[in-house]
Amino acid sequence: MRIPPNAPPNTPPVLKETPSQTAGPYVHIGLRPSVAGFAGYTWEPDHQIANPADKSRRIRISGTVFDGTGAPVKDALIEAWQADANGHYPHPEDGRPVMPGFRGFGRAAADLESGEWHFDTIRPGPVPGPGGTLQAPHVSLWIVARGINIGLHTRLYFPEDAALHATDPLLAIIPDPRRRETLIATREKDGEGVTYRFDIHIQGEYETVFLDI
Amino acid sequence: MTDTRPGRLPASGHRPGRPGPFFARDRGHHPPALWPDYKTSVARSPRQPLLSFENTLSEITGPLFSLRDLGPQDNDLLSNFATEGQPIGERMLLHGQVLDQNARPVPGVLIEIWQANAAGRYRHVNDGYRAPLDPAFGGCGRTVTDSEGRYFFRSIKPGAYPWPNATDSWRPAHVHFSIFGSGFAQRLITQAYFEGDPLIDRCPIAGSIPDPAARNMLVARLDMENSVPFDMLAWRFDIVLRGRRSTCFENRPEGN
Ligand SMILES: [Fe+2]
Repeated sequence: MRIPPNAPPNTPPVLKETPSQTAGPYVHIGLRPSVAGFAGYTWEPDHQIANPADKSRRIRISGTVFDGTGAPVKDALIEAWQADANGHYPHPEDGRPVMPGFRGFGRAAADLESGEWHFDTIRPGPVPGPGGTLQAPHVSLWIVARGINIGLHTRLYFPEDAALHATDPLLAIIPDPRRRETLIATREKDGEGVTYRFDIHIQGEYETVFLDI
Repeated sequence: MTDTRPGRLPASGHRPGRPGPFFARDRGHHPPALWPDYKTSVARSPRQPLLSFENTLSEITGPLFSLRDLGPQDNDLLSNFATEGQPIGERMLLHGQVLDQNARPVPGVLIEIWQANAAGRYRHVNDGYRAPLDPAFGGCGRTVTDSEGRYFFRSIKPGAYPWPNATDSWRPAHVHFSIFGSGFAQRLITQAYFEGDPLIDRCPIAGSIPDPAARNMLVARLDMENSVPFDMLAWRFDIVLRGRRSTCFENRPEGN
């Protein structure tokens, strides 16, 4: 059954992937148990992607997921994955050193009353892209909820990086500037750190660009 | 910012000798985003086509977890909630192996599960079903696969429950599974059903998977070989994550 190590690159997969199912309305029990009232775990992933001691480097990303009727998706769960400030991922496939203690992963549950969610993190650096290109700083996001049959991948880019956006290989393949805009957060307020807003529209006039990656 | 060193990685971030990008997701094998029989999907499904983008480091990498992140009872739903008493219901060993699409076992996979209790009730503020909560059952567990990709949980078999969809919709007994591979592009959430349950074929969520063979991959099998006599039945649920293509060898010396 196993593919020999020198198999040609076009070898098809041997097995089919396990099919997806919706996360349903009770996703918090499994993925954010403290939100659901379960205190049995000593640690769980949460909204802190990175929590720098230096508050001036902190950024907050907040947003709401909206459905096709414009209503907030109050039972959404959002996961985030990003590189550190140098654009390095804490993963052997990258292999470059990362900032001490940097995990790069966060998981936020929308507020059950308002639908608002947020992450606390730092600005990622640019990441190598295909063909020697450089990808503009971005945060990869994955959204699940009741009614979402297969998790939705998207990316958040930062508004200050317009020059890098012009050459970003992903943004480059979105011809419609209005659709491209759906991937760029807005800078909301400055203070002790900066807050970016990134609302996600599952469908409708402002539908976010979702990725098949 | 110091030392971004973008030039240190070749082309798309793939290193010679490492596996290539993930196999493309076979979208026809998964449920479509819009499945009108599952009413909530109507307003929660994208209508624009997904944008295909080749894998970069951002997709090939992902968070890594180990057993050290977890507590020793995290995979034991019989004991990880209450300090005394045992949950009501049919005790079960729920186990399996995680493979990739190349049929290779995948070690180090974080699996998180959640489920209703034996009466079909979730311990969740939004679950208003009249069936009772179980004071000894929380309903969540997690583990990391071993070197052969294997995992197990101890739990009770969940009950079926009614839900607002059509006039009298019932979910078959199921356990929700969240699975991480080594790359963020592999991220997967699914549900495991139980062999022989007549509600599976009546369920619009299970039915959102168009291909019966694909749906069948979500049915855990009664596994008498691994049952624990006078204690619990075993159910086997194997999982397949996206695999990686073989890498191109252009940059490698001849003879490999
Ligand atoms: Fe459920």
